[in-house]
Amino acid sequence: MADLKFTDAVASSGERAAVEAVLGDERALVFEHPRLVRGGTRRRHRLRHMLLPALHALQNEAGWISKGGLNYVCEELQVPPAEAYGVASFYEMFRVDAAPNHDGPVTHVCIDGPCRAGSTEAIATVKAAGGHVHESPCLGQCERPTAVFIQGRRGPDMVAADADPFIRPQQDGTGLRLLQRLGVVDPNSLDSYREHGGYVALTKAITMGPDAVLAELSDSGLSGRGGAAFPTGFKWSAVRDAEGDTKHVVANCDESEPGTFKDRTIMENDPFSLIEAMTIAAVTTGSENGWIYIRGEYPLATARIENAIDQARSAGLLGDDVAGSGMTFDIEVRRGAGAYICGEETALFNSIEGFRGEPRNKPPFPTTHGLFNQPTAINNPETLLNVLPIVLEGAQDYRCIGTEGSPGTRLFCLSGAVSTPGTYEMPFGTTLRELLTLAGGVTGELQAVLLGGAAGSFVTAASLDMPLTLEDTRAAGTTLGSGVVMVFDTATDLTDMCTRIAEFFKNESCGQCVPCRVGAVRQHEMMVDLRSKNGVGLAPDKRQLHADMNSAMADASICGLGHTAGSAVASALALGLIGESS
Amino acid sequence: MVGLATVLGAGGGTSSYQEIEETDVILLWGSNAREAHPIFFHHLLKGIDNGATMYAVDPRRTSSAKFADVWLGLEVGSDVALANTVAREIIAADLHNKDFVAHSTRGFDRLKEAVEPYTLERGSELTGVPAEAIREMAHAYATAETAQILWTLGITEHHNAVDNVLALCNLALLTGHVGCWGSGLVPLRGQNNVQGGGDMGSLPDQLPGFQKVNDDVARAKFEAVYGVELNPNPGIHLTLMFEAMERGEMKAVYVIGENPADSEADIHHARKMLEGLDLLVVQDIFMTRTAEMADVVLPAAIGWVESNGTVTSSERRVQRVRAAVTPPGEARDDIQIIFDIAARMGHDWGTPDAEQLWDELRTLSPMHAGMSWDRLESEGGLQWPCPNMDHPGSPFLHSWLWADDLEGREPAPFSALVHQGPKEQLSEKFPLRLTTGRALDSYNTGVQSGGYNSPIRYGDALDMNPADATSMGIQDGEKVQVSSARGTVEMAVRYQPDIPEGLTFTTFHFPELVDVNVMTSDAWDKRSGTAEFKAASIRVDKLKAVAL
Amino acid sequence: MTGTMNPSEVGVSIRTVTISIDDVDVKVPEGGTVLDGCKAAGIDTPTLCYSENLTPVNVCRVCVVELEGSRTLIPSCSRPAEEGMVIHTDSGRVRHSRKMVLEFLGSGVDLSQADDMNSWSEHYGADPDRYGPAAEKINEEVKIQDDLYIRDYDKCVLCYKCVEACGDDAQHTFAISVSGRGFAARISTEFDIALPDSACVYCGNCVAVCPTNALQFKTEWDLREAANWKPEEQTVTTTVCSYCGVGCNLEMHVQDNTIVKVTSPNDHSVTNGNLCIKGRFGWQYVQPTITTR
Repeated sequence: MADLKFTDAVASSGERAAVEAVLGDERALVFEHPRLVRGGTRRRHRLRHMLLPALHALQNEAGWISKGGLNYVCEELQVPPAEAYGVASFYEMFRVDAAPNHDGPVTHVCIDGPCRAGSTEAIATVKAAGGHVHESPCLGQCERPTAVFIQGRRGPDMVAADADPFIRPQQDGTGLRLLQRLGVVDPNSLDSYREHGGYVALTKAITMGPDAVLAELSDSGLSGRGGAAFPTGFKWSAVRDAEGDTKHVVANCDESEPGTFKDRTIMENDPFSLIEAMTIAAVTTGSENGWIYIRGEYPLATARIENAIDQARSAGLLGDDVAGSGMTFDIEVRRGAGAYICGEETALFNSIEGFRGEPRNKPPFPTTHGLFNQPTAINNPETLLNVLPIVLEGAQDYRCIGTEGSPGTRLFCLSGAVSTPGTYEMPFGTTLRELLTLAGGVTGELQAVLLGGAAGSFVTAASLDMPLTLEDTRAAGTTLGSGVVMVFDTATDLTDMCTRIAEFFKNESCGQCVPCRVGAVRQHEMMVDLRSKNGVGLAPDKRQLHADMNSAMADASICGLGHTAGSAVASALALGLIGESS
Repeated sequence: MVGLATVLGAGGGTSSYQEIEETDVILLWGSNAREAHPIFFHHLLKGIDNGATMYAVDPRRTSSAKFADVWLGLEVGSDVALANTVAREIIAADLHNKDFVAHSTRGFDRLKEAVEPYTLERGSELTGVPAEAIREMAHAYATAETAQILWTLGITEHHNAVDNVLALCNLALLTGHVGCWGSGLVPLRGQNNVQGGGDMGSLPDQLPGFQKVNDDVARAKFEAVYGVELNPNPGIHLTLMFEAMERGEMKAVYVIGENPADSEADIHHARKMLEGLDLLVVQDIFMTRTAEMADVVLPAAIGWVESNGTVTSSERRVQRVRAAVTPPGEARDDIQIIFDIAARMGHDWGTPDAEQLWDELRTLSPMHAGMSWDRLESEGGLQWPCPNMDHPGSPFLHSWLWADDLEGREPAPFSALVHQGPKEQLSEKFPLRLTTGRALDSYNTGVQSGGYNSPIRYGDALDMNPADATSMGIQDGEKVQVSSARGTVEMAVRYQPDIPEGLTFTTFHFPELVDVNVMTSDAWDKRSGTAEFKAASIRVDKLKAVAL
Repeated sequence: MTGTMNPSEVGVSIRTVTISIDDVDVKVPEGGTVLDGCKAAGIDTPTLCYSENLTPVNVCRVCVVELEGSRTLIPSCSRPAEEGMVIHTDSGRVRHSRKMVLEFLGSGVDLSQADDMNSWSEHYGADPDRYGPAAEKINEEVKIQDDLYIRDYDKCVLCYKCVEACGDDAQHTFAISVSGRGFAARISTEFDIALPDSACVYCGNCVAVCPTNALQFKTEWDLREAANWKPEEQTVTTTVCSYCGVGCNLEMHVQDNTIVKVTSPNDHSVTNGNLCIKGRFGWQYVQPTITTR
């Protein structure tokens, strides 16, 4: 609802067609008769979530969000152009400054983490072949550096190195709960999924009923695998108990933490398991609406998830009568467009709703005020997948693995200086040393390990025997975060790596709150300065300044991004990995 | 004001702005409040944000209508037909509030009979609005827990203005949407003190506080305080004054803060009448066109910013105005000028003092009695009636309708009304309908709002549906000749897809550019004295065609 | 038969919650915020993005306080008071974060006309200079695109108030939004088109809520440019707008018998601090220089 005014810019016929294909029939205004027009706030609000898909369509068609294209989308959805521009300019994958000077796709080359070393060469190669390059933050393919993602033009997006056929690092499959089907099941076939035990858990969950499922979940001690480690049973119970007729189950597949690629591995290779787990979440919490928000740089995962949803729907496993339960549940897929912050759950809601992906203040929490301000259970795929063995085996058996404080297994994303990078599933309590050995050992001499990604912290060889549990890492002042284990040998310039991490936060801060928006810039300036001095001789007052900045960011920022933006650099400073006097 | 007073006994909007934030259904009828009453519209928007459903009834899809859930673009002048159709549908669907109708109203059977011919089909024919939408609005309004009808000049600048208001009152009485929190009938006032002028007795038949001049008891009270005998006969309103001038009965006119030479509906006639007077005195802050014709001009201070006093708003809130700057030159406070004239006539009224005058008013007008100067200061204004110092003021009026004994009053009357349509019919010679209105950044004839450089001002233009314009070969922005039975002006055409075919629209803010009122109709309402600015018949010709 | 009554006449008693602020028990009406509690306790709290007529967005973080049991500091402006909360407003953590927020802002933004911020910066010992002269600044040209107001984004602290006032907290025009991301985020129209080409209706409600003078009435800008802006000589008189019958309270800021600015009180039930273009700017005809009198 707004005073809408449009500039004279007009969409091309291609842009109109692309947008129409996405929007379908519904419009924010209905010109029913020369003397009767229907519009209004509710209708506009209902359609606003189509903004992000429409912007994707424009970008794909024209290579940018043109003025005419934006006008067209805004007229159809009755979104104020200034707001739509604010949304478009928020995302890395949307270009808003000018039309591209070419008609081809754009190759995104990762410059983070293990991809950093080879990125210069990769960029040169693409350019030499006449391609167009966009330097990108982590693309979530850290096990196969240098990662590349091709943003299509009037055609599909692609990940350069197709992962088919997938080879699971832990080939014998012993002890695997979450990854048991990966590389074994045909990800494109519901029948194959069923042959490998699929949808048994849903049937059992429906028979058990929500209260029994919630009890098992609660007893299992399952906690969120995204980083905050919130008890899942508690979350689902809160959604079930929340007032409101419309509730949502959201899978947070905006996996963007540098060094993380486990969710992509799951979605690409066992998509039905995510759909099944979400369906259990739906029948348990009483939610009819499912959403999967997948980061835009994951086209293969998106395609396989969409295919899985279609097949599940055709088989009556989604829709009006889910698996004969009498309950309704269906899932919509939304693609992100390049914004690390949208992995923060409330930012993700805003992104789906067609607003800037800025985090909301909490409380209120998503369990009562989530997507569209309605009760919402939001989990990441790894967490959701744990629900399947819990339902099948019961909490008791589930807890047999792991530790008292951290029951179950954990997925670890090993990348960098190890022989066999990839996604590994190990019980909580496995030590870092065991994990590195599992991945074939460190190539070269170990300098440091970045645990938990850019938002995590460095540890050195001194920590190799630390059991990887929530409680042990917390006690050691570090974090498991999203399961990142990024290994650096002594050949890596950690000052450069930390400068890049600082730059990452500077670029990815949404800009909403002062500590993060400005702190990230000042941290980066400090690191650039240090790098120019070859990483040595950081003056005590600068060291103090970083400590001051880090504590303010950690204490006063709105969301986890700001809270952790200084942590990797702070740990590197504390461990003497950077900044020491020469 | 006349319509509301006839039905409910008081000529004021029944509700507070705060109430529209909490109402369930809003009928914005003949009002472009988004532009004409922007801050009131903020309250309305809060209501929508809080979940209210809004219907906009207006021939144009105005900037206000664009915020509505449903826009009903009725034919200009078909308001009574639409309201009657809504009333009939409410009765036919058995949705009227039968307890309220029985207890608080009279004349229901007469109403029922009068609206009987206005079936949805007939209503649709007369208004041009699809029947289903009329039905939907009727049901939404009738079944809402609380609902408000708001209107402005789209209702009152018609020859049958009073009928229009009465027709809307019928709907509120049928459903009981008046006299309680959240529901009501709200005319939005166009000027900062239209309501206050009425409160203070600036109506031909009234004394301050809506007391009648022909009420002997009331008059006696005023005579006792004023120390003079008052004329018991009602005076005449502006439109009748011009007729009296035409008949030669009115020879001298003292105009305070009006510019009839620019603002009357048929200004050729108005100017001729003013020129023919023996004496014309104009008291104004501007050298208006009327002032230029005057024998004596008395430069006045600006009421709201150069003098002290009160004004009354559309929610009946009496608020203080204060002098913030000193008037230039010989300009003086209106009260001072009037005191001086009295002195020249041999009456020494002393030195004028705004608070003193206000306190005198409080002794004479019971509805203002509790509004001390101090309270007006400290409480951000007070809403009348406020009969004593302990009274908090009245957010809404007419709670008596819900009292068991109606507080001793007569039940409110329904009105049996007939659709008449605009006085000026469309014809072969004048096939297009012209209606007029306001733009956000401008005001009335533009003498005040012309003083600042608005970045969004686009001047007067004739808005036409592009289909109409192109069928006549007229380009967007092309200058054309616009004629009515009364005159011809040249103006630019602006393509405007938001008005239906057959309708044209212009603002009236720039008489120095375009004398729009040359074209508007001279029809007027005998009861309220309001002129039909909203419906004229015109033709549009390309300039070169005229040159031939 | 009864009609709905005015809630104020029903006599609903207001329930309160009790929270401890700096070791003093404070009663806050249910639904009130920690900041309301601080006010009730007579504790002066710096705020930047907060305004009583806007929904709190809690982005500036200068009002943060310490809540026992909370891992991080909380924004007092938006956090609802809950029974039993124990709040500290002057702990080391609070002082440090407030200082850093002010220091961060001072290091990148021109706060020369944000008097309030400057006195708080002094209070908390913020030292923006320690980031050195190379610290990145906003660095935008002043936008003067019409005669009514200017936009000087070097002074913008991105408090979102203007966006809120233009959007669904008041005006519902949505001519401006935040665009871009991080430090590069700016308040902007679509594609940064000029304001007169945008949906802007020049209500000036954005200017009214701007805490740093990044948005400024052109009259004030011109007088400041001419070194003739003298707030200490100005009178402020409240009166009522003459342009329609809504009854908006206007505060006339007058210098040398000349109107230099118009605002409206935030606490008036009619306007909540908001005006339209006519009320805000339509007073030129009053000026002695152009009157016909």
